[in-house]
Amino acid sequence: MIYTLCFYLFATITVFSAIMVIASRNPVHSVLYLILAFFNSAGLFVLLGAEFVAMILVIVYVGAVAVLFLFVVMMLDIDYSEMRKGFQKYLPIGGLIGLVLLAELVLVGFGWGLGGPVTSDPATAIPALSEMTNTEALGSVIYTKYIFLFQMAGLILLVAMIGAIVLTHRKRPGVKKQNINKQVMRRREEAFEIVKVKPGQGLG
Amino acid sequence: MEIGLSHYLTVAAMLFTIGIFGIFLNRKNVIIILMSVELILLAVNINFVAFSSYLNDIVGQVFTMFILTVAAAEAAIGLAILVIYYRNRGTIAVEDIHLMKG
Repeated sequence: MIYTLCFYLFATITVFSAIMVIASRNPVHSVLYLILAFFNSAGLFVLLGAEFVAMILVIVYVGAVAVLFLFVVMMLDIDYSEMRKGFQKYLPIGGLIGLVLLAELVLVGFGWGLGGPVTSDPATAIPALSEMTNTEALGSVIYTKYIFLFQMAGLILLVAMIGAIVLTHRKRPGVKKQNINKQVMRRREEAFEIVKVKPGQGLG
Repeated sequence: MEIGLSHYLTVAAMLFTIGIFGIFLNRKNVIIILMSVELILLAVNINFVAFSSYLNDIVGQVFTMFILTVAAAEAAIGLAILVIYYRNRGTIAVEDIHLMKG
């Protein structure tokens, strides 16, 4: 009973906030609704028994990606109302394509449902919760069977990080910065010279 | 009524459709388009986790993590490109982005 209630609560809020993401006038509100959608789908994941993925969703999406979106939306000085001009014009064609897609998905769902029940032939079965927690079960698979994929995921993140830094890095003119190479390469000869000063004459 | 696999698939299908709809609706605003892509990826993740749970197979959750990784990388690179584009051009309107058109 409580499960059903929670499911409908999370599902309704998720779908509602997804609609608000694409429909709200202010992009900041869009990002905030996106965060709400992520939180509620994390709730759905918890209902499905995937706690680790739910927490990752909250940490990675809400904590990093959504905040990144918020940061960029606030940083760029753009007239967003100008961008909403074609909203009414695109509504019919977009609605048509959306309806066609939804109809296709419903057809696939029904066709698949008529084909009989799903048979489970798990590659790696989820152990019982009394035996092992979800996080432990995931870890025992990721670090053994999928270790190469895991390493590749790390590599992708590294490349993305380097790419983002290289793309947005810029040299500002008129800013003095420490040049370590130049400092280290400096020799004694070019740093100072010894001048023999005769008494009573000065450096003249 | 018992909540089954089809309920979760319905939610995911709705999210996916909303994401596609959002791309068409906000054709001028790249940021909203990126957010719509995130919604689509979220729908895929819900599908993966729902199947993982109902088929009693943990591999679906492993793949969800990899999708999350790729989505995070994509968002970071996309927003970085957006920022430098705005810095160079002063606009991010989609119809003005035609540098490669020659």
